[in-house]
Amino acid sequence: MTFTADEMMAVEAARRLRNDNVCFVGIGLPSVAANLARRTHAPNCVLVYESGTIGAKPTRLPLSIGDGELAETADAVVSVPEMFAYWLQAGRIDIGFLGAAQIDRHGNLNSTVIGDYATPKVRLPGGGGAPEIATSVADVFVMLRQTPRAFVQQLDFKTSRGDRVRVVVTDLGILEPRDGELTLVGVHPGVSVDDVRAATGWALQVAEDVAVTEPPTVLELEALRALEAAGHE
Amino acid sequence: MAEIVTLAEAVRELVHDGDTVALEGFTHLIPNAAGREVIRQGLRDLTLVRMTPDVVYDQLIGMGAARKLVFSWGGNPGVGSLHRLRDAVEHGWPAPLELEEHSHAGMAAAYAAGASNLPFGLLRGYAGTDLVERTRVATITCPFTGEELAAVPALRPDVGIIHAQQADRHGNVQLWGITGVQKETVLCSSRSIVTVEEIVDELEPRPGGVVLPAWVIGAVAEAPGGARPSYAHGYYDRDNEFYVAWNVISRDRDTFSSWMQEHVLGAVPA
Repeated sequence: MTFTADEMMAVEAARRLRNDNVCFVGIGLPSVAANLARRTHAPNCVLVYESGTIGAKPTRLPLSIGDGELAETADAVVSVPEMFAYWLQAGRIDIGFLGAAQIDRHGNLNSTVIGDYATPKVRLPGGGGAPEIATSVADVFVMLRQTPRAFVQQLDFKTSRGDRVRVVVTDLGILEPRDGELTLVGVHPGVSVDDVRAATGWALQVAEDVAVTEPPTVLELEALRALEAAGHE
Repeated sequence: MAEIVTLAEAVRELVHDGDTVALEGFTHLIPNAAGREVIRQGLRDLTLVRMTPDVVYDQLIGMGAARKLVFSWGGNPGVGSLHRLRDAVEHGWPAPLELEEHSHAGMAAAYAAGASNLPFGLLRGYAGTDLVERTRVATITCPFTGEELAAVPALRPDVGIIHAQQADRHGNVQLWGITGVQKETVLCSSRSIVTVEEIVDELEPRPGGVVLPAWVIGAVAEAPGGARPSYAHGYYDRDNEFYVAWNVISRDRDTFSSWMQEHVLGAVPA
């Protein structure tokens, strides 16, 4: 089956989740990947949305982090102060999936502004849960389309810290920290190392043994397409 | 003790120019009807507080009601930007908007501190981010372990406004489903307004239900559909199509202004 770069990204990110993980999920690409994992190899993976829904099992992709279906299918629904204090801050969540507008070579993320903070060129929505997700979960997974505008030498604003970023899955390949710097360790089928270098705003470190990502299986693609075809509520 | 009044009366009596007002709701039960009434009554110079300002805050900001926004994530969930918020921040239209920006964890702690009548909220947060330079946060050392933690000033709005499913005839309120920071919003505010889907003879306990007794509430107003385009668990679903449509309506100043004229200023209160 043929597949798009976005589908490859979603599938490869989903593969990173294990069946016994508890995962804090943001809306957008991370929600697609986490829900795909639940429908394929990780049916028991616990999805936590910041609206307070713990163990949500949506049948369709939610449009927002607080869609009704998340509450209806959750094991528990807690208040927002409880979510951030008792669950996230207390270290009960293994994995945090984050997206951003910009990332630097250390995995620091910007979702706040493009340009100067006081006189921004583009005012983005802001950090939301990200600053504390990035420092409270054991492992941060980042999903981001790879372009020179997103993979920058210098962030316009540091919204969250990169210390716990373990992997960045993009539409072109896979980066992992090596000696404190994001390093290209895998490329998706049909993508060259030079393609990824050209899409990166810094001199990208490349591992000696760059792997080629396993293409999506029929099962993975069908599950992903079924999820997306079901659409939002 | 909660008085049961109309929404227009509640806003007229309890919200004043220059107030700090929190209209809270975390995707669910957003007090949209109350926000539109604040716009209709032409209130000005408000400091608006909300973790997740969305469409109704975009409307308030675009209509010039706000001087300042205290927030942690300002977007159209699942859709993209809030164009009126962006226009105010990026171009000062219709007026410049001062920002006090937090993380969700920080704001949640600040609400809980306000509800507890404590001066600050405490969390392990903000460290190593550029937010530290741009917001009201301080470092505090734990007297027992020496750990350095973040302190955020308690939120103490003049008025807290929320929407709930039901009130009884005494003004006791119950909400259920995703309940966000609504309990804290009522408890941390000097005055409060709760709009409800319906007023019933007796509140029936619901799983996960949050009950606010009448004596902590300022005013209760019946506003059926008052969360739309957000949703009310057990009553109606989220109008996801409207959130997508808002992206187009709000993009252009003139389109926005004429939409507001037709759908908000020209409309009677719910």
